[in-house]
Amino acid sequence: MSASLVTVAYIGAIILFILSLGGLSNPETSRRGNLYGIIGMTIAVLATVFGPRVTLAGIPWIVAAMVIGGSVGLYAARVVKMTQMPELVALMHSLVGLAACLVGFASYIDTSIAYTGVEKTIHEIEIYIGILIGAVTFSGSVIAFGKLSGKIGGKPLLLPARHWINLAGLLLVIWFGREFINAPTISDGMLPLVIMTVIALLFGIHMVMAIGGADMPVVVSMLNSYSGWAAAATGFMLSNDLLIVTGALVGSSGAILSYIMCRAMNRHFLSVIAGGFGTGGGTVVAPADGQPAGEVTPISAQETAELLKDAKSVIIVPGYGMAVAQAQHTVFEITKLLREKGVNVRFGIHPVAGRMPGHMNVLLAEAKVPYDIVMEMDELNDDFPTTDVSMVIGANDIVNPGAEDDPNSPIAGMPVLQVWKSRTSIVMKRSMASGYAGVDNPLFYKENNRMLFGDAKKMLDEVLVALKA
Amino acid sequence: MSLTIGVPGETFAGEKRVATVPEVVEKLIKLGFAVNVESGAGAAANFDDASYRAAGAQIIADPATLCAQSDIIFKVRGPSAAEVGLLKEGSTLVSFIWPAQNPELLQQLAARKLTVLAIDALPRQLSRAQKMDALTSQAGVAGYRAVIEAANAFGRFFNGQITAAGKVPPAKVFIAGAGVAGLAAIGAAASLGAIVRANDTRAEVADQVVSLGGEFVKVDYEEEGSGGGGYAKVMSEGFQQAQREMYAKQAREVDIIITTALIPGKPAPRLITAAMVESMKPGSVIVDMAAEQGGNCELTEPGQAVVKHGVTIVGYTDLVSRLAKQSSTLYATNLFRLTEELCKTKDGIIDVNMEDDAIRGLTVIKEGAITWPPPPLKQSAAPPAKPAAAQPAKGKGHGHGAPSAPMAGTTLAIVFGCAAALFWFVGAHAPASFLAHFTVFVLACFVGYMVVWNVTPALHTPLMSVTNAISSIIAIGALVQIAPPLADLGTGRPDEWIRWIAFVGIALTAVNMFGGFAVTRRMLAMFQK
Repeated sequence: MSASLVTVAYIGAIILFILSLGGLSNPETSRRGNLYGIIGMTIAVLATVFGPRVTLAGIPWIVAAMVIGGSVGLYAARVVKMTQMPELVALMHSLVGLAACLVGFASYIDTSIAYTGVEKTIHEIEIYIGILIGAVTFSGSVIAFGKLSGKIGGKPLLLPARHWINLAGLLLVIWFGREFINAPTISDGMLPLVIMTVIALLFGIHMVMAIGGADMPVVVSMLNSYSGWAAAATGFMLSNDLLIVTGALVGSSGAILSYIMCRAMNRHFLSVIAGGFGTGGGTVVAPADGQPAGEVTPISAQETAELLKDAKSVIIVPGYGMAVAQAQHTVFEITKLLREKGVNVRFGIHPVAGRMPGHMNVLLAEAKVPYDIVMEMDELNDDFPTTDVSMVIGANDIVNPGAEDDPNSPIAGMPVLQVWKSRTSIVMKRSMASGYAGVDNPLFYKENNRMLFGDAKKMLDEVLVALKA
Repeated sequence: MSLTIGVPGETFAGEKRVATVPEVVEKLIKLGFAVNVESGAGAAANFDDASYRAAGAQIIADPATLCAQSDIIFKVRGPSAAEVGLLKEGSTLVSFIWPAQNPELLQQLAARKLTVLAIDALPRQLSRAQKMDALTSQAGVAGYRAVIEAANAFGRFFNGQITAAGKVPPAKVFIAGAGVAGLAAIGAAASLGAIVRANDTRAEVADQVVSLGGEFVKVDYEEEGSGGGGYAKVMSEGFQQAQREMYAKQAREVDIIITTALIPGKPAPRLITAAMVESMKPGSVIVDMAAEQGGNCELTEPGQAVVKHGVTIVGYTDLVSRLAKQSSTLYATNLFRLTEELCKTKDGIIDVNMEDDAIRGLTVIKEGAITWPPPPLKQSAAPPAKPAAAQPAKGKGHGHGAPSAPMAGTTLAIVFGCAAALFWFVGAHAPASFLAHFTVFVLACFVGYMVVWNVTPALHTPLMSVTNAISSIIAIGALVQIAPPLADLGTGRPDEWIRWIAFVGIALTAVNMFGGFAVTRRMLAMFQK
């Protein structure tokens, strides 16, 4: 295969990747979109393997590596539970980051292509930046994986003067970058490169450690973006347009997701990255005079079933709690039963519900909830006044009326689902503890709100039994 | 010392309303005021002196004495020149004034050093002003009465019936203008059983029309007709052409037309031409509620009911007075609510607080100084039209409005400035080979941006896993390193090292490549309708 043919194959792969992302605009076309992605990837890999840059000697190695990696990947994809998707995605980001580091180092010690003058400097800058982004992505994603899977506590780790530490790290990285570029030989340049890699790894750890549980959707999508930029940087390093384009696609995709998540929480991107907001549940932040006073009205599973039976329209608002309790299948059973009785049941999904963008949609899809009754916040927020019952399952901050009414609330201005406007709202919750934002929720004290205390799964099972009776 | 409210009888010809009713007199007295009512003031509205007296009011025989003894005067119509002369200097007048149309009246009242609250100048967009909104309450009465007049002049039932004597089709009523009067007319006509259609230049009232049992007839032309403050504005020529065609069509089909179209400070728009009247079925009825402002129908004779081309055209200008007991009671209640706002201390003393938006809007003369027109309200409580309502539903899913929302000018300028500086820097220093890649990179970012905004939020998780799989394209980097052609090998290339590093790199990315696509596939298969 000639170099020109390879280039043409790359263009084909690029087009297929763009179509693949475009296909996701609609669940109908999304399956085909994924197929485009697979075809594109196959074309790209085969074109490279049979292209002028790879000799026959390499093929056994490539096949071996592919078989090892591929079987691990396929196995993981088969066994992963849908509630674990955020962890899996974070783990995969870390692999891309690590791969970018490795390719960067290999490229540095590879003397087969000699650069001179400005080109050499640029090539070295590309290597340096590629490894930097790769290392940050790698360590950050590993920590994110730890936090999402519960191996590391969700609480933000806030070192004193952490912004200064980050700044010092950045200055060091720049200084070693100078050293690296001015190094006369490869072995001289290796030391600054390794030191920078270590700093970048520490920076990635520090950055994600400082971010609280509720901000995880932003972090996951941000790391998604980084893994794209790492690929793009590698593309510059190897003068490969396919890598540049694909990296840019992935990078901007992740950046847009981060932006959407930030906006859904009414927070500035930088302040999320600066960290320290989601306190991981527990301490209530300065309730002083903002403490909503009043009585909460508990309700039993039996009464909940009665309310649901008499309702004409029901909106269910799921949150992370539903994922934790694995309650989505019971939710679907209830939904099915109510729909058979002619009740108009819909789901209201807040953009940041769960631990990654679109988390709730995937869980509900897994439970076979038809996607046309799963609505975005903007689609049904106006419908709450005409809704008889809205049921909040394991969500808190995303239904907090304080975000709209109380300008002093830490989450003021965050768009929320207005469940309190429906005739009755039922909140399913373990206890009266506050949500990730650590803000008390005035919803619980509203007159038309009922609290169904207990484990979401167990309670919903009881509701289901009562409904069937 | 508490103040005295005086209520003189109305002197305008045909005016049967009165500014307060016995029921409200009691409430005013509870607020601490004394109330004087001119003898016979409520007679035309079926309130006799005895009932006022029973409510606690003092009956005074002539208007001159009444005005001399009262600090506050409640009236319905604005005072005539003779009445202005009777008003005590420094007293307060509350009534309809229409300051824009009656500048001389305003001058005369100012010369008497009065404080004048024009009930028609109320800022209607304030939700708390609604209880004082006499325009609304009176327009509602007029709309109801218009339907009754139409039914009176119409020779058939309104509701469809199937009787032993045969089938009666329901009457078809078309209502032009769905303001307060129009909506009241829709409600009244629908409850009589007619088929009701209505039209308005303001598209946002369509829901209200439907909620009252009417059907909203659209004009086949795109233009937003909301002129702020709950009124319509004058429309473009193209729109008016389309509107005329629609009216002509309705005129041929319906039995009854009720027109309510008014534009503040302008003659009423001519909606129904003589030709349209001619095209109507014999025995049809037109009630022209805009008769006083010249009429929406070409053939209207203000104040009269006439028959032309076999169509009865009712142009009464006193529809409200024809239901005087009802309209007086509502008007009196509006004035009572206003009095409550003026007298928060409930001690019979009023305070015209110019800091209060509602009161500020009402007050056209304050102690002899003309304060009309009022400054525009700080906050517009009613946004002209919600963007969500203006643009039709965009298809399922694409909920982020941001890409269409333009950035602030300065932010945009800064972004462009930074980008320009960056590009200049790159262009000045980088070699051509780099620039080619850089071009590709920047364009790819934009393609990514455009494509990803179209992704439905429901599929954000699959989006992440598929981008994850795609980013394993980095394998290409490792692939080209593992065994490049021998001819290219430079001296001292650490082959073994590179091979193993690349091997690990390929293995890692293969995890992503296969795992990512497989898990995406698994997820997408779950999305079912």
